[in-house]
Amino acid sequence: MSGALLSVEDAVVDLPTPRGNLRAVDHVDLAVGAGKTLGIVGESGCGKTMLSRAVLQLLPKKAKLSGRVMFNGQDLTTLSAEKLRKLRGRSLAVVFQDPMTSLNPVLTIGTQLIETIQEHLELDLAQARQRSIELLAAVGIPAPEQRLAQYPHQLSGGMRQRVAIAIALSCEPQLLIADEPTTALDVTIQAQILDLLAREQQRRHMAMIIITHDLGVVAGRTDEVAVMYAGRVVERAPTPALFKQMRMPYTEALLAALPKLDVAPHTPLPAISGRPPDPTRPLKGCSFSPRCRYSAGRCTTEKPRLSPAETQEHLYACFHPIAAGVGA
Amino acid sequence: MATLELSLEEEAGATPVRRRRLGTLFWFAIGWMVLVFAVAIFADLLPLPNPTDMDMLERRAPISAEHWLGTDGLGRDELSRLIYGARISLIVGLCAPMIGVTIGGALGMLAGYFRGRFESVVVGSMDVLLAFPPLILALAVTAYLGQSIFNLTCILGVLGIPAFMRVSRAATLTLARREFVIAAQALGATHARILLRELLPNVLLPLLAFFLLGVAVTIVVEGSLSFLGLGVPPPISSWGSMIGEGRESLDVAPMLAFIPAIAMFLTVLAFNLIGDTMRALTDPRQGAL
Repeated sequence: MSGALLSVEDAVVDLPTPRGNLRAVDHVDLAVGAGKTLGIVGESGCGKTMLSRAVLQLLPKKAKLSGRVMFNGQDLTTLSAEKLRKLRGRSLAVVFQDPMTSLNPVLTIGTQLIETIQEHLELDLAQARQRSIELLAAVGIPAPEQRLAQYPHQLSGGMRQRVAIAIALSCEPQLLIADEPTTALDVTIQAQILDLLAREQQRRHMAMIIITHDLGVVAGRTDEVAVMYAGRVVERAPTPALFKQMRMPYTEALLAALPKLDVAPHTPLPAISGRPPDPTRPLKGCSFSPRCRYSAGRCTTEKPRLSPAETQEHLYACFHPIAAGVGA
Repeated sequence: MATLELSLEEEAGATPVRRRRLGTLFWFAIGWMVLVFAVAIFADLLPLPNPTDMDMLERRAPISAEHWLGTDGLGRDELSRLIYGARISLIVGLCAPMIGVTIGGALGMLAGYFRGRFESVVVGSMDVLLAFPPLILALAVTAYLGQSIFNLTCILGVLGIPAFMRVSRAATLTLARREFVIAAQALGATHARILLRELLPNVLLPLLAFFLLGVAVTIVVEGSLSFLGLGVPPPISSWGSMIGEGRESLDVAPMLAFIPAIAMFLTVLAFNLIGDTMRALTDPRQGAL
């Protein structure tokens, strides 16, 4: 992991709640190399967003983070507030889920872009304006010059997300975190936005983390995928290896829950039954065991560790992995 | 067919009408405000008798060509006193909420954004200020520092701070949790930039609407204080002190109390109407969220 641009080492995020301590992220290790794409997949409430906030050091004030977040050789958890602020936006950028709320409703697109650029790059107003126009053009917004004077509510959802991407890209970050970038958008726009992200990533040679609940989003667009469940990474593998042979029953269930085009109309969608465990009351055994159809024996009493499959890159946490016969 | 083509051509030629219907009431309010401001500003240039010149032979004179609104109990020209009184009422009515909106707005934003101990201190001290009887404060200040327009404005301004603080803190609290603030943080914005560029434009709208309401309330409060003799020192006139003086002769000349009361009523109503309309017009968030 030493050559990685970003590596998260043994990250734990605890959130105090009135019902007790909530462990949102539970001993997570991740790494992204420069120019690589990592997909983080999992259902709602599994800690994906908290993990991305932990990387950015933007956790809620009450949250406690332990572990290390190494970025370019610096530990972000020990960096001063001022150094962090300079890093954010400049080297680390984010695209949020909902472009309706991630853009300021009372400022024009131009103001939001130009101010972010001027915050980090030493450009005068005319240069920053020129750069904004180029960025808007790069993310596929027609008539970018006129858009600068418009307010977010005058743009469609897809356009707004393009603007949010333009703002995130404005200072040539080394790492872009896309937190469910397409969830709030129309299906027809989703592919366009993902293609745009992939294209800009290639062009700027930046690393990217795509956070999603949709395995279809990460397939073909990422180099590596980490599947999260109840705050833990339960399977991690290079994307082709994962889709060739997934080991964790949860990954399989997620894939099975994807709607497919070739099934007959009105076929009920296969869903994962039950709900994720209450994060304030952690289970003794595997978190997925109550919903897992392979669950047996020590699944309910012992937590499986993340261990390698046939290759060192493919890791999974399961006692009864798929297609590997009955576990020990 | 011919008529249809004609109307189509006309439609194509016409520029889209973007102005919204504002209603006659709004224009009446604007008209009244313009009138009040104009006479208050140019009072010195108008051919008015001196508002403090007494004419003991013409006390409580009825409406005449010489005295358009008659004279008061000391024979002073009522119209002139009304116009010079408008100056006082407007100066106090605009300046006092200005103090409130500046200090209260800033404190509220800082408290709502930074939270923690600072917020507790601010909210606590504002609660103390709210719990303190305003009349006693006004009495104490005028007793120590004397009656003057400046002192009156300061008292009313300070009394307005807690309300403005609460409005701006409430707005900031909800806004600071919104994603665009987190997005700005994630893009490396400083606290100052988030407060001034991201939050202030959003907080300004409710604050401005509340400011116009504050102007209306302050005019009334200034009137009440002057009515009680705590406002501007005589012989300067303000609408409140005129109502107070008119009270003594309500039975023989009710007009003396009613004319300034009507002026105050119309002005306050106009401020409220304009405030409401402005808020509806300038809110860029309509339909956006």
